[in-house]
Amino acid sequence: MTAHTSPHGARHPRVGLFCTCLVDTIRPSVGFAAAKLLEDAGCEVNVPPQTCCGQPAFNSGDRATTRALAEEMITAFETFDYVVAPSGSCAGMIKTHYPELFTGEPDWAGRVERFCAKVFELTSFLVDVRGVTGVAAAYDGTVTYHDSCSGLRELGVKAQPRRLLASVEGLALEEMKDADTCCGFGGTFCVKYPDVSNAIVEKKAANIAATGADTLLAGDLGCLMNMAGKLQREGRAVRALHVAEVLAGMGDEPAIGEPAEKGAKR
Amino acid sequence: MSVEITTPRFKDNAKKALADLPLQGALSKVGPGFIGKRAAAAEKLPEFDGLRDSARDIKNHTLAHLDLYLERFEAKAKAAGGHVHFAVDAADARAIVTDICQRLGARTVTKGKSMISEEIGLNDHLAAVGIEPVETDLGEYLIQIRGEAPSHIIAPAIHLNKDQVEADFRRVHAHLPPERDLSEPTSLLAEARGELRQKFLAADVGITGANFLVAETGTSIIVTNEGNGDLTQTLPKAHIVLASLEKLVPTLEDVSQILRVLARSATGQDMSVYTTFSTGPRRPDDPDGPGEYHVVILDNGRSAMLGGQLREVLRCIRCGACMNHCPVYHAVGGHAYGWVYPGPIGSVLTPALIGVEKGRNLPNASTFCGRCEEVCPMRIPLPKLMRHWREKEFERHLTPATQRFGLGVWAFFARRGWLYRPATRLAMGALSLLGRAKGRFASLPLAGGWTQHRDFPAPQGGTFQAQWRARQAERRAAPRQEASR
Amino acid sequence: MSSRDTSSRDTVFASIRASLGVTSQEAPRRQAVADRLAGHPRGLVPARGQLPEAERLALFRDMVIAAAATIDHLPSAAEVPEAVAAYLRSRNLPMTILRGADARLATLPWERAPALDVWIGPSDGRQLAGLSHAFAGVAESGTVVMLSGPENPSTLNLLPDHHLVVVDAADVAGDYETVWDRIRARYGEGVLPRTVNWITGPSRSADIEQTLLLGAHGPRSLHVLLVGGPTR
Repeated sequence: MTAHTSPHGARHPRVGLFCTCLVDTIRPSVGFAAAKLLEDAGCEVNVPPQTCCGQPAFNSGDRATTRALAEEMITAFETFDYVVAPSGSCAGMIKTHYPELFTGEPDWAGRVERFCAKVFELTSFLVDVRGVTGVAAAYDGTVTYHDSCSGLRELGVKAQPRRLLASVEGLALEEMKDADTCCGFGGTFCVKYPDVSNAIVEKKAANIAATGADTLLAGDLGCLMNMAGKLQREGRAVRALHVAEVLAGMGDEPAIGEPAEKGAKR
Repeated sequence: MSVEITTPRFKDNAKKALADLPLQGALSKVGPGFIGKRAAAAEKLPEFDGLRDSARDIKNHTLAHLDLYLERFEAKAKAAGGHVHFAVDAADARAIVTDICQRLGARTVTKGKSMISEEIGLNDHLAAVGIEPVETDLGEYLIQIRGEAPSHIIAPAIHLNKDQVEADFRRVHAHLPPERDLSEPTSLLAEARGELRQKFLAADVGITGANFLVAETGTSIIVTNEGNGDLTQTLPKAHIVLASLEKLVPTLEDVSQILRVLARSATGQDMSVYTTFSTGPRRPDDPDGPGEYHVVILDNGRSAMLGGQLREVLRCIRCGACMNHCPVYHAVGGHAYGWVYPGPIGSVLTPALIGVEKGRNLPNASTFCGRCEEVCPMRIPLPKLMRHWREKEFERHLTPATQRFGLGVWAFFARRGWLYRPATRLAMGALSLLGRAKGRFASLPLAGGWTQHRDFPAPQGGTFQAQWRARQAERRAAPRQEASR
Repeated sequence: MSSRDTSSRDTVFASIRASLGVTSQEAPRRQAVADRLAGHPRGLVPARGQLPEAERLALFRDMVIAAAATIDHLPSAAEVPEAVAAYLRSRNLPMTILRGADARLATLPWERAPALDVWIGPSDGRQLAGLSHAFAGVAESGTVVMLSGPENPSTLNLLPDHHLVVVDAADVAGDYETVWDRIRARYGEGVLPRTVNWITGPSRSADIEQTLLLGAHGPRSLHVLLVGGPTR
């Protein structure tokens, strides 16, 4: 694939889209939404063969596996100008934790640092790097936005998604109480300590429901699956979507956990 | 009071805590009570984050020179007429305290709040040798009369409600008129004040903890809001300070830096009510104050922590901000952690003090949401240190077999992309077909931990990577159309 | 020191030095420690208290009130006896106060408050009101700094229900560091009186259902008598 050139002559940045393993396997539409947003922002999107950033192994204390996956990740993506993921968790894993995996390996030090410098979470990349101020999308509904922990605290993702959502036609944002409090997902935590995780997501679901919003948005599919699964188990009529889907004008797709046939259009 | 370790039963403890309605009622006030106050206090002081950096740097410098500052502290405390004792472990510390009390013929000791006292199980030990320990911090007093351990490091009785306190007071203060009104917190506080005032005046020895030790002057510092620590250390014949060795700071200026972040992080006060600097016993002209002053400096495994990553834990000033902001602590409270130190700091410290075999649950029971590190005044990287313990656990094969097996299978595929991609495509295709009608699963084999409490979404079908490649192929077939988009 | 103490001490120091990888002989380490102790650098001092006198006193007053204490700003020390009497009257307390031997309190014109009974000495817990003279005030947090000694017994800070504290306006500093320097000037480098007590508001507890209540074990009320200096 050759690089496109923008009308005013600047080369389109070549972006490696790291779709994340959850999006890859559970909800490919988030990957397409991310690709559309990146293309609309004048990027050339590439999806090299990929598996996982290594976070599950990292947080399970398996450093050797993490190190091996990090090496594959870097090798697969380091030729791009930028690496973008529709997840603060995975981007945060790479950007803030990869360097420590290679401590004591001088051959890697510079390479890892250069790589991490070009890794971004999707919405912050669009706003902070590409200077996107709005999107051409419409969504007829009231949404509430959950700040996923890693994106918020490792990467400072908070204003960017809200700024983009403000430009979506017909969309109203109703903030929930404690939007920046963990949803209780925590990767393997939610299956290792299911009762504790459930107590946390129960509070989150109540805060979501209390807004009266019809749609829950967030920037991480793991958190969304957790919250959507709880809302559905409680029989609450709140749709859950990845923020990229709404920003890309794909908000009418069946939401997370909704059947594919019916409900394709609300 | 008791130091029975129930940390290995964390899951059961948590389950019980989640079903305990009075506890849940009390816990629901933790976040609202502390989070906003800390944020407001930090907001009002523009230098707050700069002071956190300063505080971290001071402790890092102190820890790197700990032997030398300890020598200086010891020399200055002795020069002021004090005694300094070093204790290798809990038994050592208990023996030192008991010896002093017995030499003075003590029958009652009053106690200011001390986590070290909890760590070494001092109260049980004193009681066993016939010395009555009386906790004087209101929260510590409440849990002492209930025979419980603290559930929070600065608010030890945060798990209780006023009805429980009333019932305990009626049971323990049986000499008071039964018809008295104890329906309000004010009347409960007044009763505790009256009861404990007599204990303060009658005590032979006063034992306090230390928030800091100052090397420059040989001074111990306690920070309280009630004034109980001051009464404890001023009225009796002897004042015994229990401190762990990382409480040291070099100078009065250094401790002033750290004090500016302590109360703000803990309760949102600019400064706690009583910050008391004690140096030696009463001076020849002093009309009041203790006749003897002893500082017991406890190691109990901490000197070994200096040598590795865990050195960072030793910066902790016990403000409690990490647990005040922790979703897991909010859900289960402090007792579920099963030993002395709850919350994120407990999850890092406990395995170091009781061993990773017994303590392994705690560093695992975290979502790594990072809020503890975000608010820690000493900038301790708590999630990183919990991960450190998970690595130790993994290295030593302490991870439960099912988890280790699951992780192994996942890693096998994740490291072999050529296998991973077709395998996930097939698996997700199958799962998608199965879940298509409802869009989600209410139960799934091997995912009971998830589906016990929430639905699992059916995959859309196919993988993104496969679909993307198919779409790119289409695009290449119709380049003109694509370009005109 | 018993032999057990000695051997524990050796064990602890040996373990610390092993973890730090030092022999304790390194000159640069010793020098770094000596320099810090001698120089006691100030670090980051908040701008909040760095104000000209009138504004500094105003901040002190505001912070004292924010800490749930009360304050009177008196033009001179001569007004203190009447202000003490007025305070006791307003709280419906007996006209009795216990104070230390501080010369600054002893030389006050107590005859101006003839109804007031003034006692001297430490508290045994039976007095309702005590009067102390502070060594200093700190504007940044509304803190009074009390030093122990015959002039101002520590028990007066703690046992009476009402603690009245005289602070000279000239002693109100913007920050704690300034007060440390003044204490060093009085007592010498590296030396403190038995007790230095920073007091910021009256005693309180929130241990029952996080309800903040005043007067846990120490004074239920703290009343500051700020004396002299410009008023605004």
